[in-house]
Amino acid sequence: MKIVVLVKQVPDTYSERQLSDSDHTLDRDATDAVLDEINERAVEAALQLKEGDGGDSTVTVVTMGPDRATDAIRKALSMGADAAVHLSDEALHGSDAVQTARALAKVLGTVEGFDLVLAGNEASDGRAAAVPAMVADVLGLPALTHAREIAIEGSTVRVKRETDDGVTELTAELPAVVSVGEKINEPRYPSFKGIMAAKKKPVTTLSLTDAGLDASEVGLANALSSVTSSQPKPPKSAGEKFEDEGDGGSKIAAYLVAQKLI
Amino acid sequence: MAEVLVLVDHLDGENKKSTYELLTAARTVGEPSAVVVGPAGTAAGLAEGLRAHGAAKIYAAETDSAEFLTPQVSVLESLVEQVDPVAVLISASADGKEIAGRLAVRTGSALLADAVAVSPTGVTHSVFGGAYIAEAKANTGHPVITLRAGSVEIEQAEGAGAEETVAVPASGRSATVISREPIVGGDRPELTEASVVVAGGRGVGSADDFAIVEGLADVLGAAVGASRAAVDSGYYPHQFQVGQTGKTVSPQLYIALGISGAIQHRAGMQTSKTIIAVNKDSEAPIFEIADLGVVGDLFKVAPQLQEEIAKRKA
Repeated sequence: MKIVVLVKQVPDTYSERQLSDSDHTLDRDATDAVLDEINERAVEAALQLKEGDGGDSTVTVVTMGPDRATDAIRKALSMGADAAVHLSDEALHGSDAVQTARALAKVLGTVEGFDLVLAGNEASDGRAAAVPAMVADVLGLPALTHAREIAIEGSTVRVKRETDDGVTELTAELPAVVSVGEKINEPRYPSFKGIMAAKKKPVTTLSLTDAGLDASEVGLANALSSVTSSQPKPPKSAGEKFEDEGDGGSKIAAYLVAQKLI
Repeated sequence: MAEVLVLVDHLDGENKKSTYELLTAARTVGEPSAVVVGPAGTAAGLAEGLRAHGAAKIYAAETDSAEFLTPQVSVLESLVEQVDPVAVLISASADGKEIAGRLAVRTGSALLADAVAVSPTGVTHSVFGGAYIAEAKANTGHPVITLRAGSVEIEQAEGAGAEETVAVPASGRSATVISREPIVGGDRPELTEASVVVAGGRGVGSADDFAIVEGLADVLGAAVGASRAAVDSGYYPHQFQVGQTGKTVSPQLYIALGISGAIQHRAGMQTSKTIIAVNKDSEAPIFEIADLGVVGDLFKVAPQLQEEIAKRKA
């Protein structure tokens, strides 16, 4: 089986994230960048499927992002993915979700004969939680999202989808797009051997033209929506703080009464 | 007035609260038309509530299709072509976000995701857990907007609510639903909708001791939350995690017990109206955003607070 995993490099959620003043896009230089955690789970799911069928499958990682996204690719390759495709072009900066979905669909078109596309259900920066389904729509493929369990049976994929609303069992014929949720698995740590092997694995870098895209289809200037202003919310300032002297609970109760909260 | 399409969020034959929030928001940009996709008879059962919240029209798309979310996308797609609405409003639930994204791809519309306010000129987003406020606008016709639950105060308004049946177009390849198990809600309010949240962190120390957090929550009629540290330590289930990789909450009152307040956590709760923190460590960053901070042992402070509240209620 040919599996493709969509991954994304995001600002570390443990760091202070910022929007740039000039164009209101994510200030990628201001923070540490990491492979999004949910994507590690997507890579893990792909590797488990590969191991489950005796290793006959191939796992290709696809990303779109600036040059430094190669770090995210290396992480996925050192976990055990076989190859990577990186769409990297200045013109992509500021692309919105619709443009991104269309561009990713084009890149997927360069991966011959894939059976399954795996992705994270929601990136920790954009949080649109829609791109995997949007990519599926562009490609005319079924989307099985927020998977907690994935099973492949012949040419069919079955998924247990878990969201706040409950659990839904879904099925579709391959090829299909599946996005994974937090509960799917615990991603492995890359081994030393894996890290060394990753250095020799093939990474194809595509420009817009290579992917069959035109600069007018992507980027901030051509985006379907624009952020017109952004400002940091004034930070909440600290209020009163005191040491508990045995009456801390009573003092909180008195505060809640004074604020008419109880 | 221009038409705004609102995708009705419904469960077990009833409108969800989010539907009324969408209708209220829709009235600020045009005249709301409610779009109901569901088995035969669904729209008739929902009509009264929709009219009471200003639906001028009700489009009923009735289908028993087991296709997953694609009927909703196809119905909205054909309505967008037919009526050229000023906007399409969908709730920012897991399903809603997916329907909205697919619709935007098909109609070539701007996708304004997870808005907290809607106006005729655009939408407002709350970014990075409320650290930034951003205004955004569409550069296309009929933008598709998803609205975050709880961000709009519901207002009633009379609407004519004339029913019109619309067809459900075939939607190409789709996933098929085999079974559905809706989540069984406990007695506590839903975390993202609760007006009071009591949350525990690593300082709670064990799964058993989360009973302290639950006890205080119950006397306040609050939802229970947990920090990532507590969830990763196995003290509490993941669906209750508040923070960047969990839920974003914005209640009237947030009580943090034994939570240090890493950015990861603050991103999910810093827009709460009033924040109260109890932590042993006087240097814990949670105190920087707490309206009231108690440096002390949560195992002493929380039970005392619980008792005081119970006394006042009695």
